[in-house]
Amino acid sequence: MKRGTLKQILLITDGCSNKGEDPSVAAALAYEQGITVNVIGILDERYDEDLEGLQEVEEIASAGGGISQLVYQQSLTETVQMVTKQAMTQTLQGFVNKELQQILGANQTMDDLEPEKRGEIMEAVEDLGETCDLEVLVLLDTSASMHDKLPTVQEALIDLSVSLNARIGRNRFSIYRFPGKRKDLEQVFAWSPQIDEITTIFSKLTSGGVTPTGPAIREALYQFSRKSLLRRFRKNDEEGMEKA
Amino acid sequence: MMKRAWKKHDFVLTPGMHIRGKWNGNRYFIKRKLGQGAIGTVYLCVRNGQEAALKISEKTASMTTEINVLKTLNKVQGKRLGPYLLDADDWVSPQGKTYYFYVMEYIQGESVPSFLQSRGYEWIGVFMLQLLDDLQKLHETGWVFGDLKIDNLIVTASGPRIRWIDVGGTTQMGRAIKEYTEFYDRGYWGLGTRRAEASYDLFSFVMVFLSMCDPNPFARTNNAIQHLCKRIDAIPALKPYNSCLKKAIMGKYTSSKQMKQEIEKIIFEKQKRRQQIKERFPILVESIGLFMLALIYYLSSLFLP
Repeated sequence: MKRGTLKQILLITDGCSNKGEDPSVAAALAYEQGITVNVIGILDERYDEDLEGLQEVEEIASAGGGISQLVYQQSLTETVQMVTKQAMTQTLQGFVNKELQQILGANQTMDDLEPEKRGEIMEAVEDLGETCDLEVLVLLDTSASMHDKLPTVQEALIDLSVSLNARIGRNRFSIYRFPGKRKDLEQVFAWSPQIDEITTIFSKLTSGGVTPTGPAIREALYQFSRKSLLRRFRKNDEEGMEKA
Repeated sequence: MMKRAWKKHDFVLTPGMHIRGKWNGNRYFIKRKLGQGAIGTVYLCVRNGQEAALKISEKTASMTTEINVLKTLNKVQGKRLGPYLLDADDWVSPQGKTYYFYVMEYIQGESVPSFLQSRGYEWIGVFMLQLLDDLQKLHETGWVFGDLKIDNLIVTASGPRIRWIDVGGTTQMGRAIKEYTEFYDRGYWGLGTRRAEASYDLFSFVMVFLSMCDPNPFARTNNAIQHLCKRIDAIPALKPYNSCLKKAIMGKYTSSKQMKQEIEKIIFEKQKRRQQIKERFPILVESIGLFMLALIYYLSSLFLP
């Protein structure tokens, strides 16, 4: 059986977008293309936050078929993992539910089954979650207010890669930041099976004033499709070589 | 894993309520809340006059996984690993929302630190053997406990016996650990992967005993091995076992059986030494007594004309 690949965008931000298109629209577009968008909003303890402003976090994730969570800096590590894993399970459960509907008829999901059968299906979902390949594109808000949170973010991302690499399935990670120096989005960590030392890249970050979340998601979407295009080219090449 | 995460608090049930399962039709009377975890809330309930623990949540996936784990553990022959599963069902609230619950054996007992404080730290060796025994049984069936920590353990009055109460982190060997707590996780300390292996549990095992004896939490440093060894050495109650504990920290045991055998040996030798002192003691008294008697005779003989 061919193993599938789950694709996720993990958006880490601490505020509201203020430039370009509506981020929810971009997230909905991503979801249409099979990419889940998860959002983590970092809260600041020093002052009472305007939770209204962070409502966007929930809207983006809901449009992107993913999970959102507001969190204080010190719980970031566990939250990043919880969000990523739960979103994986949710996506896989979605697939399984679709299959179930074909067998049992519309509006029948796993939750409508009796607990005994649910258990068996859950086992299958877990097996998939353990063995599937996963690609996570981290989209990091580096606007001014995020500056002192970046070391914690780095730690959380390294830990995420430790956790996911304990799985049987393969992983690939990349990190992009927004706003970039000249563009809306800039790559800081190229696709790689694990996140280890990114300290150097993190220290190079310069924090700007605008938060173009929408354009950044759209750009991330393009990065995903570009990568699969490249891979397809390479695959074709290999096939061609084999024939020759 | 996400206990500190920001979340809305929702109280599903209130004491005095009756709930009835959608599929199996069993009725439960809710007595009081026992605790709240990452996945759901646990209540003390009564069914047919018998007390039991009822866990309820709105997360199907996580609850179903936990039920699967409990079922697997219940199948292990001859030993009761974790609470016994009594029922699993759905509950539809008066508002029409569906919640998922399961009912398990209510394990009553004392927390480990409070037990040790009242009964003494000599129990540590016993608890080590009891826990390693359970871990060995679990590992032999192809599972790893995962989230082994002090909060997941309880000492029951009968015995006294140490038992685990929350099995949510139990993971099939070779897979990624499902749930863990930073302090007890070797991945956090940079001393190994988060893959489910016997050595993963044995690392947490050491951290459990560290936190039993030293309630002050501490964070990681650059040289984790050195730091943890120092911590172990600083605790007198752990002194007899410190060579074994250090080996487990470094991941040198590949099975809980190996570790158990070494700890058994230490405890056995400690006992033997104690016995030897007791056995030698009367001989010593006797010889001193005889010597004194001889001295008195000798001294008195000097005064005799």
